[in-house]
Amino acid sequence: MCLIWHAYWFSGQTLVKTYFIGVVLGLAAAAGALYAFPAVDQAREASIVRVAPNGGNVEGFHINIPMDRIMVGAPDQPNPLPPGLNWPTDPVLAGIRTELFKIRNARDAVVGVAVRNAASGDDGNVIDWVLHLPARGSVFVNMEPAVREDGYRIGRFRTGSREFGALNGYMTERWIANSEDRDEDAPLGRIELLATYVGEFEPLDNDPEAVE
Amino acid sequence: MKYVIALLLGFVTGLLLFAVGLVFNPFIGDRGLSPIAVTDSRVMTLSFSNVPSDSIAYTNDGESMHTPYPEKVLQLWEAPIRLTSTMTTVLHDARDDVAGIGVKFTSHSEDTRLLNGEAMTNSVWYIYLPRQGSLFVQQTENYWRFLSEVGFSAWRSAGNNWRGTWLGDLTSGPGALGTAAVTGGAGDLAELETKAVESLTVRVFSTDTGFVSAEGRLLIEMPRRGPSAGSPGPQGGLSPQARRLQ
Repeated sequence: MCLIWHAYWFSGQTLVKTYFIGVVLGLAAAAGALYAFPAVDQAREASIVRVAPNGGNVEGFHINIPMDRIMVGAPDQPNPLPPGLNWPTDPVLAGIRTELFKIRNARDAVVGVAVRNAASGDDGNVIDWVLHLPARGSVFVNMEPAVREDGYRIGRFRTGSREFGALNGYMTERWIANSEDRDEDAPLGRIELLATYVGEFEPLDNDPEAVE
Repeated sequence: MKYVIALLLGFVTGLLLFAVGLVFNPFIGDRGLSPIAVTDSRVMTLSFSNVPSDSIAYTNDGESMHTPYPEKVLQLWEAPIRLTSTMTTVLHDARDDVAGIGVKFTSHSEDTRLLNGEAMTNSVWYIYLPRQGSLFVQQTENYWRFLSEVGFSAWRSAGNNWRGTWLGDLTSGPGALGTAAVTGGAGDLAELETKAVESLTVRVFSTDTGFVSAEGRLLIEMPRRGPSAGSPGPQGGLSPQARRLQ
C-alpha cells in the first residue's frame, strides 16, 4: 500500500514539474516570438532615383487623375469628392482648397499619400504639399504661388521626417493633361511631382590625418 | 500521454501569463506630465474630434476598426499604404471657434516593441490656419497606455466597449522630452520652429467601431520673442488672429 501511494505521489510530482516546465517554455516562446518577429512590417517599393546633372538626386512621383484623388475639399462644390463630403461652411475657411491624393512612383505603383493645400487670402496665396511615404517618412514643401512659363511650379523643402529629415532640396509640380487619350490610367491627366534631394552640408573633419 | 498534456497545458498557461504580464507590466511607467504643460512659453491649443464620422473625411484600408467616412471615400488598400490612415478635420481654438483645417497622416511604425510597452505610430499633421499660415507637425506616437488601459478593458467587457474618462499624451518623439517637431510653412508662422504635444481624451470606446466619443488636442509651444529680437511687441510679432488662438 505504501509503495503504491509513493509511486502515485512521485508520479504526481513529475506531472507538476512537467506542467511548470511547460509554463516556462510558454513564457520563453511568447517573449522570443515578440522579440524575433516584428509587430509591424511596412511594405516597401524600391525607390527609383536618378542623379541630377547639377548635383543631388531626383525622384519622380505622379498622381493619376481622377483615379488617385481621395478628397477635394472646397466650399460650394456641386459634386463633392468623395460623395457625401460636408465641407465646413464657416467663413474662416473660405478660400481654402484641400486635396488628398494617392501618389505613385515611376513604375506606377502607389507608394504613399499626399495633401495639397491651396489658399488665397489678403496677404497672398499659399500652396503647400505634404508627401507621406509610410515606409520612408514625410516631406513638407512650400510652393511658389505663381506658375512658371514652362508650366512648372517650384517649391522648396521646408522640412521632413525620418529618411527626409536630413535632406534639403526642392520639388516641382506640373499638370500634364491627357489630351489625346494616350493614358488609360489617367483619363483626365496626371500631376507630375519631381523631388530633388540634396544632402546636408557636412564640414570636413578637423583631424589632420583625415585631411591627408 | 498525461505528461504531454501537462506540458501543453503549462505551455498555454505560460502564453496567457505572458499576455497578462505584458498588459499589466509594472515596469512600463507613465511618462507623467507633458513638458508643454509646464512651459513658461505661451501655448497654442488646437482641438479636434477623433471620431471618424465627426471629421470631414477619414480613410484607411477599409478593414480596420474605424470605418472610413464618408462611406464612399477611396480606401488605402495598396500594400505600401495599407497600414496608414488619413484624417481631414476642422481644428478649433481654445475658445472653440473654428481655427483652421488639419490633415493627419498616421502609419504604424516598425519601431513598435510590445515588450517595451511601445505601440508606435509615425504621424504628421499638415495644419492651415487662415490669415496666419501653415504648420507641419511630425511626431511618433505611443498608443500603449491607451491600449492597455482602454482597449484591453473594452475587449474584456461583455459589450465590447469602455466608458469613462481617459486622458493621455500620445506624442513620444522625436524630441528628447517626448515632444513633436513643428515647422512653419507660410504666412506669419513661416519661420516658426517649435515643439508640440498631442493628447487624447476618450469617453466612449468600442472594440467594434473604435472611438465613439473622443477628442484630440494639439498643444503647440509658441516661442517668446522679445523686443530685442526685432519683434514689434510683447506678443512676438504674431497677427491678432494668432494671438487669439493662445
